[in-house]
Amino acid sequence: MATKVFMEALSPTMEEGKLVKWLKNEGDTVKSGDPLGEVETDKAIMELVARGDGVLRKRLINEGDSVPVGTLVGVIAGKDENIDDLLAGAAAPAGAPAPQPEKPTVPAPAVEAQQSTGPSRGTPVPPPQPPAPPRPPAAPPAPAAPAPAPQQRAASGAVRSSPLARRLASERGLDLGTLQGSGPNGRIIRRDVENAPATAAAAAVGPSVLPSSGQADFQDVPLTNIRKVIAKRLSESIGPIPTFYLTVELDLTRVMEMRGAMAELGDEFKVSVNDVLLKAIAVALSQHPEVNAHWLGDHIRYFNRVHLGMAVATDDGLIVPVIWDADRKGMAQISREAKELAKRARERKLKPEEFTGSTFSVSNLGMFGIDQFTAIINPPEAGILAIGTGEDKLVVVDGEPVVRKRVRLTMSCDHRVIDGAVGAKFLQTLRRLVENPLMLVF
Amino acid sequence: MASFDVIFLGGGPAGYVGAIRCAQLGLNTAVVEREGLGGTCVFWGCIPAKALLEAGHIADRLKHAPEFGVTPGEVKLDFGVAMKRSRAVSTQNSKGVEFLFKKNKITWIKGTAKLAGKSSVSVKTADGKEEKHDAKKAVVISTGSRVKGLPQIGLELNKKTVISSDEALILEKTPKSIIIVGAGAVGSEFADVFNSFGSQVTLVEVMPNVLPVEDTDSSKEVERSFRKRGIAVLTGAKISNVKVGKDSVSMSIEAGGEKKDYKADIVLVAAGRAPNIEDIGLKEQGVQLTERGFIRINERMETNVKGIYAIGDVAGPPMLAHKGEREGMIAAEVIAGHHAQVLDYTNIPGATYCHPEVASVGLTEQQCKDRKLDYKVGRFPFSANGRARTSGETEGFVKIIRGAKYGEILGAHIVGAHATEMIHELVVARTNEFTVEEVDLAVHAHPTLSEAIAEAALDSMGKMIHA
Repeated sequence: MATKVFMEALSPTMEEGKLVKWLKNEGDTVKSGDPLGEVETDKAIMELVARGDGVLRKRLINEGDSVPVGTLVGVIAGKDENIDDLLAGAAAPAGAPAPQPEKPTVPAPAVEAQQSTGPSRGTPVPPPQPPAPPRPPAAPPAPAAPAPAPQQRAASGAVRSSPLARRLASERGLDLGTLQGSGPNGRIIRRDVENAPATAAAAAVGPSVLPSSGQADFQDVPLTNIRKVIAKRLSESIGPIPTFYLTVELDLTRVMEMRGAMAELGDEFKVSVNDVLLKAIAVALSQHPEVNAHWLGDHIRYFNRVHLGMAVATDDGLIVPVIWDADRKGMAQISREAKELAKRARERKLKPEEFTGSTFSVSNLGMFGIDQFTAIINPPEAGILAIGTGEDKLVVVDGEPVVRKRVRLTMSCDHRVIDGAVGAKFLQTLRRLVENPLMLVF
Repeated sequence: MASFDVIFLGGGPAGYVGAIRCAQLGLNTAVVEREGLGGTCVFWGCIPAKALLEAGHIADRLKHAPEFGVTPGEVKLDFGVAMKRSRAVSTQNSKGVEFLFKKNKITWIKGTAKLAGKSSVSVKTADGKEEKHDAKKAVVISTGSRVKGLPQIGLELNKKTVISSDEALILEKTPKSIIIVGAGAVGSEFADVFNSFGSQVTLVEVMPNVLPVEDTDSSKEVERSFRKRGIAVLTGAKISNVKVGKDSVSMSIEAGGEKKDYKADIVLVAAGRAPNIEDIGLKEQGVQLTERGFIRINERMETNVKGIYAIGDVAGPPMLAHKGEREGMIAAEVIAGHHAQVLDYTNIPGATYCHPEVASVGLTEQQCKDRKLDYKVGRFPFSANGRARTSGETEGFVKIIRGAKYGEILGAHIVGAHATEMIHELVVARTNEFTVEEVDLAVHAHPTLSEAIAEAALDSMGKMIHA
């Protein structure tokens, strides 16, 4: 049986892909799972793999071509199988979504449907006034319908998955179509869902991750009327994401003392100010789920786990790799992971699960000597913290002028989720933690 | 001297199945086997033991035949006849494997093999000649396991008064009295057979329950049934003072707080098996063993030495024919360069063919407790099952342990007639990650014993119909 090869959505936000290189020639025998070519997505270079066995009969695009997700780019079939019918469809206009019949459907028994706690985004609440604001972007880890992109499995028909995997995915708000199956013939099984990035636990993130606490990873709360009104009114006023900014200047004296003391213990205990700030921010977020949240159109998702996105500048532009469960990791581990993620981001070697699923993000331009700045929210996240440079300043302590190391943090808040006082309380907690870093030990 | 792609050392269930799959995948395959194709399973285990169990079961059923309106004349029991029939069945099965070898063009080298290098094997043939054969792609060690005695407590096998299952399978007649040491699958099955054929049976187990690897509920059910049939069951037992005489063996057994002296014509030691790792050149080739003396393999059946694989009993527990067969298939696929699906060892069913039969897959309730899993138990007794009543076999139950949150099948346990057949519904369910809801959604024919499975699934959700 012939298998169509489509440009797949290799990252949750990918809308088009550039075929950098074909790895198989026409006439080559391929097995399901074999890499066919390398595709440059919006974030990284990834492999496009075969979804069926046979011979790569036809390559429909050339190296260097960019095509929208869902475009037919090749055909795998038996050696002598007639594939004319399939090729006839290849001329479909660019941008056409994957053919309807191929659309993966997960037949879920009624019971499962009832149990689903996934984001039901079928009926978003669009602010009625013109101009209609764009729909809030899908949460990377949990989109019920990520854009018009077909799911990876589009080429082989419906998503093959076990009932248990479907149940787990539904509860965690995971889209099965975005997962790779490791069961027979690519069937998605429990392990795949559990190892999935974003909401699920452990394995994909490596051995360092702590076991899940047992409670759900997040809590979806429908919008109250007051929230709806706030959302509507403020969007009218300032744009689709009504943002306001809160700035604090934190004293780094004790952070510097702690760093110094740790560095004396040996190189393995050296951490940067940024590492300490990341840890402090993560711990503060764990105490303020009202800030660690996503705006999902008709409801707000408050996360019980803290996955900290950290903006990294690369030659190609900005990318936000994620430190999973940052609040539960030690500073040394955060330091290691931050370094490693930044390095791989610059080498464009991040895997999709390494740059999706953040619950809140941080951007640091301190190394460029920027005193303070405002960062743009990475939707659907409700906030982002912009870290400026740490520098010696003359400040007044107990009526005396003294020189202290200070840093300015500016938090951009989505007012639909975070009210001024809520953001301020979060920053209060953060100040306590940063100015008394020993509290991070608790 | 001949050259093959793959040579298997041993033609038991692991080796012969692996060989057939190799041949099917286009590899030139040979199997070295000194005895007969089929190995322990066909000659000294599964097959003949089941034939004897069937014989005993007929005898037991006949005792109840008058209730069904069928009164037989004088019933005579002749273990020798049953034994000969069991041997004939074994031979028949072995011939079947020989036929499959011919069909698949697999070479059977009759003799004893030893690794002679990373890709060659030396064979001592039955007539004493030495041959050397090349294995271009792989050597697969499937030498299996053998019975062992308990010399540490004075029960060295002497094949007369202290015997293993090997000898028990070829007894001409039943002993008047027999002490069976070890109440795992083997011990429990022989207790069943000898009880059915009229021996006075004492079944002794060190662990607190018979069938210690099974769920405690299953063990208790079998224990109750055995006691009812007149088998003396001693659990949590300690054996001392063993005296092996010419025609009998005596020993002291401490169990349940009292110590008593026991004496029997024969002692059957059924306390585990030892892997056949000696004299096959493992050390010379640097093949690593586990702490427990099995060959160490990875999930691709590879040993630490490239090109040398190991499968079946010699590669570690559980020592079950069906586990070995699956490992054989995986090894074949790996050797042929195919994609092999990894074996999930938690989905290998256990089956004990005593009466009532015991079958299980997955975790026991105790294991769920030990792992602090949040679980729910569903149960259905065969006494409430229509089909079981019609046949008068109402002992036992179906027990399903499911995850409290998602309904996944953590473990399933069946005790009762045909339990070893019925378990596969739940093996399929568990292997494919069905939850109890899918099990219930599948319509079960009425009247069947399998309805008890659907009821147990329902019970685990608090929705049982028939009890």
